[in-house]
Formats: sequence, C-alpha cells, structure tokens
Amino acid sequence: MSDIADRVKKIVVEHLGVDAEKVTDNANFIDDLGADSLDTVELVMAFEEEFNVEIPDDAAETIVTVGDAIKFLEKNAA
Amino acid sequence: MFDLTGRKALVTGATGGIGGAIARALHAKGATVAISGTRRSALDELASSLGDRVHVVEANLSDKDSVEALVPAAESAMEGLDILVNNAGITKDNLFMRMKDEEWDSVIAVNLTASFRLSRAAVKTMMRRRYGRIVNIGSVVGSTGNPGQGNYAASKAGLIGMTKALAAEVASRNITVNCVAPGFIQSPMTDALNDKQKDAILGTIPMARLGQGDEIASAVVYLSSGEAGYVTGHTLHINGGMAMF
Repeated sequence: MSDIADRVKKIVVEHLGVDAEKVTDNANFIDDLGADSLDTVELVMAFEEEFNVEIPDDAAETIVTVGDAIKFLEKNAA
Repeated sequence: MFDLTGRKALVTGATGGIGGAIARALHAKGATVAISGTRRSALDELASSLGDRVHVVEANLSDKDSVEALVPAAESAMEGLDILVNNAGITKDNLFMRMKDEEWDSVIAVNLTASFRLSRAAVKTMMRRRYGRIVNIGSVVGSTGNPGQGNYAASKAGLIGMTKALAAEVASRNITVNCVAPGFIQSPMTDALNDKQKDAILGTIPMARLGQGDEIASAVVYLSSGEAGYVTGHTLHINGGMAMF
C-alpha cells in the first residue's frame, strides 16, 4: 500500500471515527462509512491540508470512495 | 457567565455606533477582537481605546477581493477565529419606483453578499475547531418592511433566511448561527433627525425611547458565549417593543 493510501485512510478513520478495517479502497464514504454531506466536505478539506493540494468542486464530486480519493491524490499531490 | 477569555472575534463595521459597542463588549468579556471597517482613523481610535487584544483589519465590503481577504487576515492576526459578527451595513433609501439598480445592488452586496462570503470562509475554520459563533446583525425592518427601504429590508430579511439555513447545516459541528435585529438605536443617524421626526418614531415604540448600542452589544455577547450553545437559527429582536413576533 502506498504512503498516500496510508495517509488517506488515517484521515478517514480519524474524521469519521470508523474502524480501520472498514476503510477499504471500495468503501463509499456515505453508503459504507456513514458520512453525511458535511463530512465529505470536511474530508476534502482535510485532504487538501494534508497533501497541500487544491481539490476543485467538480473533482471533489467524483471522489465518492476511499479509492477515488487515493487515486486523485496520487495523480495530483505534489 | 458569558466569559469570552481566549475567544477570537471578528466584528465588521466596527466604526459604527453599534459595531463599536459590540467590539467593546466582546473585548470587555475577554475576547481578542479584530475590528474591520472603512474608516482607518476611527478603527485606530477604537483600537487604542481598547488597548491589548485588538487587531485592525481594513476591508471594503463592497469589493469581492477585499471581502475574501478579510477572514484569512483576521485569522492570521488572531491565530484563530471563534466568533464572527456580521454587523456592517449600509442604507441607500429611495422609494421603490425610483430605486436605481445601483442602489439595490450595493445594499445587497454589502449587507447580504458580504455576510455570505465572510460566513462561508469562517465556517471552514470553525468546522475544523468544532466550535463557532456567527451573529448576523439584521434589523426590525427585515421583518416589518419599511417604506423607502425596499433594498435594505430585503437584505435584512435575506440575512434571517441565510441565518436559518446555515444554522441547520453546521449545528452538528457545534457552530451556532443567529441574528440580532435592532429597532431604532441612538446613533449619529438618529441624532440628525429633527424633533418632529423623533416624536413620530417614539410614538411607535412602547418603551418610548431609542435603544442604545450597548443593548445590542450585550445580546451579541450572549449569543457569542458558550452559555448560548443550544440557541441557533434564532432572530433576537431588540426594539423596545415596536414590533413583537
């Protein structure tokens, strides 16, 4: 597992207060991890901070699973 | 009660009568305050009379870039932001049929759109901290209307709706959003009225006097405090009984 994936999963576990084993690549933030719409905004903000990258709204809308976030950040994080 | 020690507050329109009273009251309760306004000399005067725990952050709320820069500037000056008081407001009164687009647009821009942008920025940092207090200063005319103030009344009514929508969105993050709606408050503007105009106004107020800036400020202190943690989406009318809801 990449370093980015580790950091993403750590953020998700901390923010949503879910068990680490539930945070798989396929886990959907809302359907599987119990996030509400405000949580997803906060997660995007947390990713932006952690990876020092800007995630525009249209990109944020495509990030619905943990794997989506990892993929986006692997491509865009400095 | 209502201790604000360690809290960091941004007050817009702090050079006005009500805004100055709000900044003083929050400061007196221990908060660090960032005061913003358009008149630098008045801001400096207020800052020097308050002493410590004050930061002057200039802003022109009719300018988008200036508005966008305000919350980050206040946040970095105070190293945080817990309380936002959207107090700044302007009037450009005119009869509805004569009202120019420019009069409408500028009042909506400063009173409503700037409050939206500042709240949007403030909520971001408040969500991270899981704490925040936003107090929007409305007006009795936002609920009653007033001839000659179609733009102003619309902007203040808009604030009430915005307050409720935002309050519902961020309540789970321990952020409250409320509105304080003053009636007629003694200020340079009301001092300029002649006796006949004053009598006409006082005739509509059961308390038979104008309000004082301090009477608005103390409500803002309450809504900014930890004690008001279960109050959100509310509009607190302070008008000597001239309109009861």
